Amino acid sequence: MTSSIFLVEALDVQNWTYILVGLTFTLYIGIAIWSRASSTKEFYVAGGGVSPLANGMATAADWMSAASFISMAGIISFAGYDGAVYLMGWTGGYVLLALLLAPYLRKFGKFTVPDFIGDRYYSKTARLVAVFCALLVSFTYVAGQMRGVGIVFSRFLEVDINTGVIIGMIIVLFYAVLGGMKGITYTQVAQYCVLIFAFMVPAIFISIQMTGNPIPQLGFGSTLSDGSGTYLLDKLDGLSTELGFSEYTEGSKSMIDVFAITLALMVGTAGLPHVIVRFFTVKRVKDARKSAGIALLLIVILYTTAPAVAVFARTNMIETVSNQSYKDVPEWFKKWETTGLITFTDKNNDGLIQYVADKNKNELVVDNDIMVLANPEIAKLPNWVIALVAAGGLAAALSTAAGLLLVISSSVSHDLIKKIIKPSISEKGELIAARLSAVGAVCVAGYFGINPPGFVAAVVALAFGLAAASFFPAIILGIFYKRMNKEGAIAGMIVGITAMLLYMIKYKLGWFDEALPDKSEWWFGISPEGFGTVAMILNFIVSIFIMKFTPEPPEDVQEIVENIRIPSGAVSAIDH
Amino acid sequence: MTKRNAKAYWKENIRYVLILLAIWFLVSYGASILFKDALNNIKVGGFKLGFWFAQQGSMYVFVILIFVYVRLMNKLDKKYGYDE
Repeated sequence: MTSSIFLVEALDVQNWTYILVGLTFTLYIGIAIWSRASSTKEFYVAGGGVSPLANGMATAADWMSAASFISMAGIISFAGYDGAVYLMGWTGGYVLLALLLAPYLRKFGKFTVPDFIGDRYYSKTARLVAVFCALLVSFTYVAGQMRGVGIVFSRFLEVDINTGVIIGMIIVLFYAVLGGMKGITYTQVAQYCVLIFAFMVPAIFISIQMTGNPIPQLGFGSTLSDGSGTYLLDKLDGLSTELGFSEYTEGSKSMIDVFAITLALMVGTAGLPHVIVRFFTVKRVKDARKSAGIALLLIVILYTTAPAVAVFARTNMIETVSNQSYKDVPEWFKKWETTGLITFTDKNNDGLIQYVADKNKNELVVDNDIMVLANPEIAKLPNWVIALVAAGGLAAALSTAAGLLLVISSSVSHDLIKKIIKPSISEKGELIAARLSAVGAVCVAGYFGINPPGFVAAVVALAFGLAAASFFPAIILGIFYKRMNKEGAIAGMIVGITAMLLYMIKYKLGWFDEALPDKSEWWFGISPEGFGTVAMILNFIVSIFIMKFTPEPPEDVQEIVENIRIPSGAVSAIDH
Repeated sequence: MTKRNAKAYWKENIRYVLILLAIWFLVSYGASILFKDALNNIKVGGFKLGFWFAQQGSMYVFVILIFVYVRLMNKLDKKYGYDE
């Protein structure tokens, strides 16, 4: 007994990380072998018989990426109130999904989003445009995930980032190729459990430490446990203004931009193919509605904790380092300095760390990602908790990467090969094609993970804008507007995605000008992140305008629309 | 008859959706963004109310909205005989 307690204390972070990461990986691979796919239906939609609870958990894990797990709380802790755009944007979209999309797409009963677009708009061109949009959105998104896997591996297992990416590729390859949607779904159920546990444990520990309240969501609105009776948020507002930042609870973005970004993220969420395809895997229409609710509930557990973590981490960090002597900084500070994620330059040579808003006087630069990764160390939590965060970060990155790879492979094997290039392909041939395209997709994603083009990070956030500008209007009009025809939908999608791409290239990447144009040149003061809202509105306007001057859709298509509005009689996704 | 049935069902469905989306909009874009400053004058515990809606409240409301919709639609399915 004593020896085992001794063992628990003697293990350092490194060993704990090996143990926890090793255990979770064994679990994922075990599940993948047990649930491997044997038909295209199992490969694309897990056989269509997944329970709403399992589907909700898988959707939640699929949804919460390395960005949600590692970066979001950090971004919020630097952005304060403005961080709400991510919190609301990445959850509010599920309301749109549950009320406007999921039930009808499930009733429609096909495998992919381009399937819906292609059939509803009775056109190969529409399908091709949809395939192009799906690939563009998914590839920008997945490259960021592979990078996330690499970073977690390299920081916690002390291998270099490239080795980390390759290990990640092999793991994902194994269960995405073998298991298809079926394998992915059940590994994601396990990954949800790992990641939510890993996120909540440190948050609860720190909440108790700082406020005495074990529930982080309440803790960050409570008084400090130091007996002063001051509210934590008031204290942080005070600290922020003292250092020259705007008040934490006020933020600094303009109202119209906050509005536009939130809407673009919400609509983008509802338009992301790897999220939508989730609702093809349940049995009945009512299960699709229910599983959207369960997924959001499970996501919101993490999303309401993140702003609390942000407040704890920021207060803790300011108190630990601001105006302290550089010689006496704690060990974690030095450790993260070696990774380059914390940098300190003593501009006035007084040996103290000045952390202030004024760029000329500020001496400390802290990367967003540290807030979650180093938080347990800053709060001096036990080693196993620190290691747990690594396992959680990997679960989040792997589950999202796998979901995206599946969308890419089904777009290629089903929408391109089976539906356009070679309709005569056999079920067996299609399954082989699906597996091969998954392998191809992993390799491309891995390549971008190892050689990230400078713009990947910038573009990941914009994947939402692209989805909002292309799919969302086409699907909504397809369900709610019987008269919408192929001419309108195709024109709308093309105009929407082109507008989004051009705005992004001009104002985010700066390829059209010598230098990146200034904020003051943004249209209506809307940032590239929020422009998806404008592009979406453009898509709607163009679709409806063109539709007015072109023939209405054929009788049988109008019947399809009437049919998907009735929930009963949903057949399981059939090959047709 | 079945066509009339389907039409009536669709109409009621749209009514539910519009009401729920109105609440969705009021909470996220209203309370959390447009009227944030006014609501921030009210404090609940350590939270300014506008800030709380933006970083906590709106998300709880989203979850509730979906489950309310699930309940309403399950009842509606039964009423029109589309339950299975």
